[in-house]
Amino acid sequence: MTRRLAALVALLLATPASAETIAIVDARLMTMTGAGEIERGTILIEDGRIAALGANVSVPAHARVIDGRGGVVTPGFIQADSTLGAVEVSQVPASADRATHNAAISAGFDISLGLNPDSILLPVSRLAGITHAVTTPLYDDRRGRALQFAGQAAVIDLAQRPQMVTRPRAAMVLEMGEGGAGRAGGARGSAIVQLRATLADVRHFAAHRAAYDRGEGRPQALSRVDLEALVPVVQGRMPLIVKVDRASDISEMIALAREEKLRIILDGAEEGWRVAGEIAAAKVPVILDPLADLPRSFSELGATMENAARLHAAGVTIVIKTGSGVAHRARELRYGAGNAVAWGLPHDAAVAAITVNPARVFGVADRVGTLEAGRVADLVLWNGDPLEPLSQPQVLFVEGTEKPLTARPLELRDRYMAPLP
Amino acid sequence: MRHASLVLLAATALAGCAASDRPQPAPAPAADAAPAIDRDPYPSTYRAPAADRVALVGGTVLTATGEEIANGTVLMEDGKIAAVGASLAVPGGYRTVDARGKWVTPGVIDAHSHLGAWAQPESVEAHNDVNEMTDPNTAQVWVEHSVWPQDPGFDAAREAGVTTMMILPGSGNLFGGRTVTLKNVPSVTMQGMKFPGAPYGLKIACGENPKRVYGGKGRSPATRMGNVAGYRKAWIDAQDYARRWDKWDKAGRSGEAPKRDLQLETLAGVLRGEILVQNHCYRADEMANMIDISREFGFRIRTFHHANEAYKVASLLAKEDICIATWASWWGYKMEVFDAIEENAALVHAAGGCAIIHSDDPIVIQRLNQEAAAALSAAWRAGIRISKADAIRWFTANPAKALGIADRVGTIEAGKNADVVLWSHDPFSIYARAEKVWVDGGIVFDRADARYRRHSDFLLGQSGETK
Repeated sequence: MTRRLAALVALLLATPASAETIAIVDARLMTMTGAGEIERGTILIEDGRIAALGANVSVPAHARVIDGRGGVVTPGFIQADSTLGAVEVSQVPASADRATHNAAISAGFDISLGLNPDSILLPVSRLAGITHAVTTPLYDDRRGRALQFAGQAAVIDLAQRPQMVTRPRAAMVLEMGEGGAGRAGGARGSAIVQLRATLADVRHFAAHRAAYDRGEGRPQALSRVDLEALVPVVQGRMPLIVKVDRASDISEMIALAREEKLRIILDGAEEGWRVAGEIAAAKVPVILDPLADLPRSFSELGATMENAARLHAAGVTIVIKTGSGVAHRARELRYGAGNAVAWGLPHDAAVAAITVNPARVFGVADRVGTLEAGRVADLVLWNGDPLEPLSQPQVLFVEGTEKPLTARPLELRDRYMAPLP
Repeated sequence: MRHASLVLLAATALAGCAASDRPQPAPAPAADAAPAIDRDPYPSTYRAPAADRVALVGGTVLTATGEEIANGTVLMEDGKIAAVGASLAVPGGYRTVDARGKWVTPGVIDAHSHLGAWAQPESVEAHNDVNEMTDPNTAQVWVEHSVWPQDPGFDAAREAGVTTMMILPGSGNLFGGRTVTLKNVPSVTMQGMKFPGAPYGLKIACGENPKRVYGGKGRSPATRMGNVAGYRKAWIDAQDYARRWDKWDKAGRSGEAPKRDLQLETLAGVLRGEILVQNHCYRADEMANMIDISREFGFRIRTFHHANEAYKVASLLAKEDICIATWASWWGYKMEVFDAIEENAALVHAAGGCAIIHSDDPIVIQRLNQEAAAALSAAWRAGIRISKADAIRWFTANPAKALGIADRVGTIEAGKNADVVLWSHDPFSIYARAEKVWVDGGIVFDRADARYRRHSDFLLGQSGETK
């Protein structure tokens, strides 16, 4: 009985809230599937699901019709490498749950726990067409670069509901290169040796859990919580996000991942274009900020606006992000994608880099990232090219629910804006 | 160009009356000549790039005087704008640049930058020379002495159309020091970039930063009331200092001159209206307090920087003729910027005020046009009708006003310096890139010509893009 009740509750929660039929008509549809772009099409949404889409979809008489002329429909955007839901004011530590300096919880830090569905940052980001984020732990280095791993990232939705986690523990976060060297005592050689030792420890732990729990395991540098969290990484079930920028660091991590049979995702990779063929051959996806074009460190001397375009041209799956650990400025995601286009990335590839690509890389492509019949509606109608600042969203659905295009900053605006003539 | 007298006539170091040639000292007034104090001890050695006669023909011109001219022609001669208009005839002797399908604007001006003072690679501590956080009042420091002209950030900004920028010291102190206005031309020395005749500014900081820095050290200011007490004490000292120099000056500068004090010299320069107050201040209530302080001591505030709550006091700022330099997208990183809204610039503009989109950042400075587009888009979303021809002022004419150089740059008008950008698209489009950039009529960037890229010595011989 209890189980049936639980199943019923689960079903109710899974059912999209909008019991309504809505048709967005005469819009350009960027499906991000094999269907490509439909120049002038209709999307029919029934009870929060895409019932049909295409150039010749008949609209039922009872449907609410939204005129999409001149507009574009895209899947909801996904901000990778964000801290959305885990921070309210960056410099107010008590309002942030994005990093830990607990020495016993490094890889074990699970950011999907304790997120804030009421964060006012979520509706602000929705105003930029963002419906999901990969909320990713940062390192808390206030007491020095003590921890090896930052923790585990989660995919979340921005619907402002308690069940906001689309996929918990979607990836493990590790900084290597210059930052990793700092964590391992000051040298890259130390960081790589430490990583190999850690991976060996985790494998040993996974094979000898019982002995470990009897206190008979070999001495381990990491806590039990951290070792447990890393088991899916060494088994290739959980991808490892590796933050590196220098070309040689990228090559080194690709070689290490091959030897250790790890699934890695490169994050940053500002010099990625210099080893683009190698990254493509290894089928390693890259998360990058297209605007990072300055030599901010000795690991980023080759930074260029053309990184995104060159990696894409070499066949690398790219995911576009804004900055690093972004929250408040997540709303600039589409501008970053637009700049990548200005610097040579095809427009559809730029949209893919903020929709279907992150959905695939983080294992949620069965739910979000594309426009397909039968799927829960997770989409945005724009009044023009979605990558242009002068375009704005007109209609937005997050996982089947239409969300109002309002947010606290707009309420502030309205409070202080003089009445329009 | 104006020439400065090198004798201290007033009590203060007069800012920036620089000239290409170091002028001769004026005759001393008395036999027992008072010590001559150079008011421009680090004069500009800027030389305009070689300029030929250029006609930009067929583009859409945003003049930043409120006009959008279709099929416009811009004539540049002897480093100045000779004429601008629709379908002007091109006189003989002009080299024609085809601007059809493209857009033409004044050179981009950033009212708030730390380029050179916090240079790339910025993660290297040795390159952080922006915040002299050793005392809450460091009005004696001049940020130009921190500027490293080899900062690769200058190149990146030039390639994005930025022709002029004001470099400020950081905001850790109540009084951060003097600002400097630079032309974005390749140079081995700071003096070679210094905008001739541009007035100095004084960086003042409100709010969280000073009280956090010094409160954290167990010193004053530890609170906002401590901040204000700190400002007032400094202005009282500055008034006293100015009086002593005035007295000595009125007495024919005979006898022993008062001892110079670099810190008070700068503050007294503000009291005399020669140095412009550039005030980092986020919150509306704090801006109102700063305006009262300026009245209490008799000086003017030229610009509130960041000013993310300016929209709450837009009419006050318009009435006081104080510009605000802000962003569209930055917010929420600390409490005093929690109420930032994308419409800030637009609401100040709509109230008749002077709105500026600034960067404070080596990445954002490369796309002030896009940041302005985000602000304009927010205005349109709110139903506020602002044209592109007006919004272009936010990163051209209005920062020129804030920096005190509006008589020379910031608009495309006959007689103005020929600082001009040719854009590939509408500059309010995300796809627009600067194709060619002129400073004083000389080309300083041409995307089609690799010689104009990456001047910084730092990147020479490095892996990456320089090949």
